[in-house]
Amino acid sequence: MFDFGELQQAIILGKGPLATELTQKAINEECVPKDILNQGLIAGMDVVGVKFKNGEYYLPQVLLAARAMKAAVVLLHPLIVSAGIQPIGTLVLGTVKGDLHDVGKNLVAMLFQGAGFNVIDLGVDVSSEKFVEAVRENKPDILGMSSLLTTSMREMQDVIQALQEAGLRDKVKIMVGGAPITQQFADKIGADAYALEGGTAVEMAKAMVN
Amino acid sequence: MIIVGELINSTRKEIFNAIENKNSDFIKEIAKKQEQAGASFIDVNAGIFLEREEEVIEWLVTEIQQVVSVPLCIDSPNPQAIEAGLRAHKGKAMINSITGEKARFEKIAPFVTQYGASVVALCMDDKGMPETSDDRLRVADDLVNRLTELGVPKENIFFDPLVKPVSVNSLYGNEVLETIRGIMTKHVGVHTICGLSNVSFGLPNRKLLNQAFLVMAMAAGLDGAILNPLDERIMELLKATEALNGRDEYCLGYVETFG
Repeated sequence: MFDFGELQQAIILGKGPLATELTQKAINEECVPKDILNQGLIAGMDVVGVKFKNGEYYLPQVLLAARAMKAAVVLLHPLIVSAGIQPIGTLVLGTVKGDLHDVGKNLVAMLFQGAGFNVIDLGVDVSSEKFVEAVRENKPDILGMSSLLTTSMREMQDVIQALQEAGLRDKVKIMVGGAPITQQFADKIGADAYALEGGTAVEMAKAMVN
Repeated sequence: MIIVGELINSTRKEIFNAIENKNSDFIKEIAKKQEQAGASFIDVNAGIFLEREEEVIEWLVTEIQQVVSVPLCIDSPNPQAIEAGLRAHKGKAMINSITGEKARFEKIAPFVTQYGASVVALCMDDKGMPETSDDRLRVADDLVNRLTELGVPKENIFFDPLVKPVSVNSLYGNEVLETIRGIMTKHVGVHTICGLSNVSFGLPNRKLLNQAFLVMAMAAGLDGAILNPLDERIMELLKATEALNGRDEYCLGYVETFG
């Protein structure tokens, strides 16, 4: 009987080689791919997300855990595809136009991937046209926008406006975040949610897609 | 060491409230305290006010200059706000900041020459955020040429190498230190300046890392810093590093502070 707890621990401690070794072992023992993903990898990343949110874990520990998970998912990917396992939701994510900060945005991407979301990361300095295009094309459940600058945060409002004009605003939930962003600002521009940090964002997003 | 006092920034709650309530006494008090603590410039940032930024920055400059004699550092990427601040400012101000990005350079550079201001130049261009010290040095070379061609004296240029968190990549600290060394050796006469706190993002006990990084950056040649001059520990470290780094003749500054 494969020990999923051990695989979780490997993810929680960010031990990449051990995580891939255990994932391979689970595959060899013919565990259900969905169980390996949910009870092993995602369950481990859940703990990481909570530890980060509670201030027990710092950025390097999250990065290591995400890297370990990524390596394990590479092994698991063909089985996930052939078993037809669907992600729990899709997130389109980007840092708005005029802003090149990517640390927070990348962290959010990792935490969402860790929670089982399909993440489409548009990168930094993303124009409203690009956001609209990505929403139209990928039909995500959630659109996430990041801004670290007071000058670029107003860009979020333009994106929401552009989605409205394209008739897509009602098709997607919008989450915003970044150092200068507040709940008040999120309300003012008509976003659906604001989170102070990535762990909370994931929790809110899970509730949205359920 | 040239110190830019960072406290008058509208993204800080107490400053935001003081501006909202037109509480100029509170703002003036913080400006004075920073000057007394050794700030060479007082940074003013009104970015959070978005469409009111110009008006607020003008008000801040006018109010603060009534009580301090050091110049101000007009902190905004928005050309209109920078111009509003410069128009209101008496004496030689500092602009924070210009970059190698074509559009931004073309808008901000005329202010640097027209107002004879000092300028913080971020080591980034249209290729995006720099990764290595080579990326940064390439932008700095280009900016030195473009600015001096316009007649900006080298001593008015303050290069900010752009500090990124070591929690993301353990070599990000080294890249900045190498950039500082490179700029200060190659372009004698210009200054280097940076904020410290980015380096420690995502890690515990951030103050400790910020302090260690200041000392290392000064040893590499950094001669400017954007920081909180009311932080006694950081100011003490700065004095000690100046004495140990050949920047404090006869250690007089150190003796005057601690003797």
